Amino acid sequence: MYNYCVIGAGVIGGMVARELEKYDRSVVIVEKAGDVAMGATRANSAIVHAGFDAHEGSLKARFNVRGSVMMESVAKELGVKYQRNGSLVVGFSDEDKKTLEELLERGKKNGVRELRLLDREEILAIEPNIGDGVTCALFAPTGAIICPYELCMASVGNAMDNGAELCLNFEVSAIEKTETGYKLTAADGRTVEAKTVINCAGVYSDAVAAMAGDTSFTVIPRRGEYMLLDRECGSLISHTVFRCPSKMGKGILVSPTVDGNLLLGPTAENLEDKEDTATTAKGISLVRTQAGEQVKNINFGKVITSFAGLRSVGSTGDFIINEKDGFINCAAIESPGLSSSPAIAEYVVELIRKAGETLTPRKDFIGKRAPLHAFREMTEEQKSEVIKKDPAYAHVICRCETVSEGEIRAAIRQNPKPHDIDGIKRRTRATMGRCQGGFCTPYLVRILAEELGVPETAITKFGGNSYLNLGLTKNRK
Amino acid sequence: MEKMKKNLVIVGGGPAGMAAAVAAYDKGERDILILERDTALGGILRQCIHNGFGLHRFGEELTGPEYAYRYEAMVKERNIEFMTDTMVIGIDRERTVTAMNKEHGIFRIEAGAIVLAMGCRERPKGAFNFAGTATAGIYTAGTAQKFVNMMGMMPGKEVVILGSGDIGLIMARRMTLEGAKVKAVCELMPYSGGLARNIEQCLHDFDIPLLLSHTVVEIHGKDRLTAVTIAEVDGSRRPIPGTEQTIPCDTLLLSCGLIPENELTRGAGIEMDRVTNGAKVNADRETDVPGVFACGNVLHVHDLVDYVSEEAAIAGGAAVRFLRGETEANTLIELATDGKVRYTVPERITEIKETKVFFRVGDVFRDKKIVVRAGDEVLLSKKKQKFAPGEMETVTLPADALRKAEGKTLRFSIED
Repeated sequence: MYNYCVIGAGVIGGMVARELEKYDRSVVIVEKAGDVAMGATRANSAIVHAGFDAHEGSLKARFNVRGSVMMESVAKELGVKYQRNGSLVVGFSDEDKKTLEELLERGKKNGVRELRLLDREEILAIEPNIGDGVTCALFAPTGAIICPYELCMASVGNAMDNGAELCLNFEVSAIEKTETGYKLTAADGRTVEAKTVINCAGVYSDAVAAMAGDTSFTVIPRRGEYMLLDRECGSLISHTVFRCPSKMGKGILVSPTVDGNLLLGPTAENLEDKEDTATTAKGISLVRTQAGEQVKNINFGKVITSFAGLRSVGSTGDFIINEKDGFINCAAIESPGLSSSPAIAEYVVELIRKAGETLTPRKDFIGKRAPLHAFREMTEEQKSEVIKKDPAYAHVICRCETVSEGEIRAAIRQNPKPHDIDGIKRRTRATMGRCQGGFCTPYLVRILAEELGVPETAITKFGGNSYLNLGLTKNRK
Repeated sequence: MEKMKKNLVIVGGGPAGMAAAVAAYDKGERDILILERDTALGGILRQCIHNGFGLHRFGEELTGPEYAYRYEAMVKERNIEFMTDTMVIGIDRERTVTAMNKEHGIFRIEAGAIVLAMGCRERPKGAFNFAGTATAGIYTAGTAQKFVNMMGMMPGKEVVILGSGDIGLIMARRMTLEGAKVKAVCELMPYSGGLARNIEQCLHDFDIPLLLSHTVVEIHGKDRLTAVTIAEVDGSRRPIPGTEQTIPCDTLLLSCGLIPENELTRGAGIEMDRVTNGAKVNADRETDVPGVFACGNVLHVHDLVDYVSEEAAIAGGAAVRFLRGETEANTLIELATDGKVRYTVPERITEIKETKVFFRVGDVFRDKKIVVRAGDEVLLSKKKQKFAPGEMETVTLPADALRKAEGKTLRFSIED
C-alpha cells in the first residue's frame, strides 16, 4: 500500500511525483509505455510560455504564469537545460495588430511582465531573418525554451532517487475503490494499491477518470506535426517566433531548441485515434509554408526528422484539476501544460492538504540531480579528468553528437533506466545527429544488450514489437 | 593535456588513410600517425564482404576485407604508427589536431601536414520526410550491412529498397542470399546511380524488380514497419496521383546518396566545393589551408575503392613534398564545369605537369563528347558511348595543354 499512486510518467506525472517525494510519504508511478515521456511530453513545442495566451481567471492562465516563474530554478535544480530566449508573436496585417493588442492586455491582466509591441524596424533589429510580410509583433522577454522529455526524465529520475517507484508497461485497466484507498489493476494482471491516486494520464485521463467513476469530462487527441532541423540551422533565429492567432487557430511556431536545433510546428488536427502519431504529407507541407512566412532563409534541406505529437484537449476548454475522495485529476493538460507543470505539482500538494492530510517535509529529500549532458559541457581539462577515472568516456559511439560510451552506459544505469534505443536517444542524444543513427545504432544495440543482459535480437526501437532485428543470419544460426 | 608532434597526421584509417600513409612512407617520410575512430583499420571496407574490389589496383578481384587487409599489411610492414578507437574532435588552420582515446584522454598533436580521410556517410531517413510513424525497420543500406555482415543479425525479412545506389544494390543481393525477400528497388530518377555491373549481378540475376521514376510516399505500421506505399513520379520528381501501390514489407532500406563527412574540415574553415560537399583542392589534393590535404570519399564520393587508393597516394606523396617545401600553392588555372559535368577534382591547378582530372556528369548522356577548353581553344575532346552519374570519369591533361591554359579557366563540358 502506497500513499500516492501517480498514473502517467509524462512531465506532469513526473513533476507531481517529485513534489510528493518532498514529504514523508511513499510514491509509485505507473506508466503504460515502456519508458517515461512517451505521450505528449515526447513531442511538443518545448516552450515555456510567458502566459499571455490563456484567458484571465482560467487555470491555464494561473498555472502558466506561476509555472513560468518557477521553471528556471526547477530546471537548474534538476540539471535540465533552460534558456530564456524571449518570444515574439508576429502579425502580418492591421487585423493581426489588433489581436496582438488584445493579447498584450490579456497578458498584463494575467500578470505577465515586460510585454510590449514592436514594429517591423524593432523586430528586424533583434531578429534579422524575420519574414518579409511581418509588420508587427508582441514581444515577451520572459518566454523560454526547455527540453520537455529531459525535464520529465529528470523529475521522474529525481523522484526515484528519493524513493519513488516506477512501474513501466503498467496499463491501468481497472480502478477499484477500497476501504483505505484505491486498487489499480493493470492489463497484465499486476495490481497496485494506494491511498490517493493522481491521474496524469494525458490523452487517456478521461478514460482513467471514468474507471474511478468520474465521467464529467472527455479528452480528445489533437495532432501536431513538427519538423526538426540540423544544428547548423539553430542560430537562424534566437527568439521563439509564434504566429498571430487567427480564427484558424494558433498556427505554428519557429523556435531554436535548447540543444541548438531549429523546430518548426505544430499543426492542429483533432483526431479520434489516441495513438495516431503519424505525420502526413499535408501537415508537413503546411508547416513548411507557414514557417517560411514567419521566418525567411529556412534551409528545408537540413530537416533531420519530422514527427507528430498528440495534445490532450479537454471538453471544458481549461485544465481539469480537482480532488474527490482521494482521487485527483490532472487532466486535459494541453498547452501551456509543460510551462505549468511545476505549478500544477505544487497545486496537487495544496489539494491534498485541503483534503485534510497533514504533510511534513522530509529532511533527507535531495532535489538536485546530476545532468547527463554534463560531460559534453565540460572543459577539455575536466573531460580529461573524467576520462582518467573512466576511460569509456573517451570512446565516442555517436560521432555526429559526440556521445561517448561512458555517457551511454551512465544513462542506462541512471534512473529512470531506458530499455530501448529511443530511450538512449532521448537521454544522451545518440542517433539524434546528422546521420540519424546510421553509424551508431549497431553499437548501441550491443551496449544495451550487454547492460540489460539480453540477446542483441531482443533490443527494440521503442518497446512493444519495434524489434530492430528479426532474426540471425544463416551463419550465426 | 598531453601534447605531441608529428610530421604527418592522417585522419581516418580506411582505404584512403592507409593508402596515403603508405605513399608518404614510400616517399621517405617516417614520422607518420594514422588516427582511426573504429576498433580496427579498414574503414567501411570491413563490412563490404562482397567481391569486386581491386581489379584496377591489384589486377584481381578481392572482397572488401581482403582489399583492406592488403593495405593494413603494408602499413604494418612499414611500422607506420596508428591509433584505433581514437576520435579526432577538431583541427585548425595551424594544423593542430585535437583527439581523444582511452589511453591518452584528450590530446593535441602539432602536425607538419595533415591528410583528411574521414570518408562519408549515408543520407539519413529524416531527409525524406516520409508520411507515417517513425516505426522500427527503416535503415540506411549501410546500417543494414553492418547488422548482417558484422553482427550476424537480420534487420528484416521482407524488404523494399529506396534508391539504387551501390550499397542498396549490394544489400538487395545480400539480404536475398540470407533468405529475405526483396520485393522491389525504387529509384526516384529515370536512371540508376549505381554501377551497371551491380544492377546486373545484384538485381537482374535475382529477379529483383528495379522501378525507375518511383518513390516511397508513405510508410505504414506502428511498432515495426508493415508496408510502404510507393508511387511513380513525374519529370519534376513529384508523385503522380493514382499510381500509388502499397507493398507489404517489414523493412525499408535507403540507398539515396552519400555525403562526405566534412565536419572537421568545415570546423577548420577550409574552403568547400558546394557540389562535391568536399574541400576544394589542387592536383596535389591540397586544400586552401597549406599543408592540409584531403582524399577519398571525404573529398568526393568515389564508386571504386581502387580510385580512392590512387587519389590517396597522390595526397600522401604531396604531403611529403609539402614537408620538404616542394609544393606550389599559387593557383595557375581554375577548373569550371557546364552543369552537365557536375564537378571536377581537382578544382584548381598550381603546377604545370601532366594532370589526371576526375569528374562526374549530372545525367545520362549517350554518344557525346567530353570537351575541355581554355578560352576558345579546345585542349581535349573525347567521345564516349555513355556517360552516367553513377560512374566516375577521368581525363588526363598533358603538360603542353596546361601550359596553354595558364592564367585562364579550363572549362569542362559535355557536347555533341
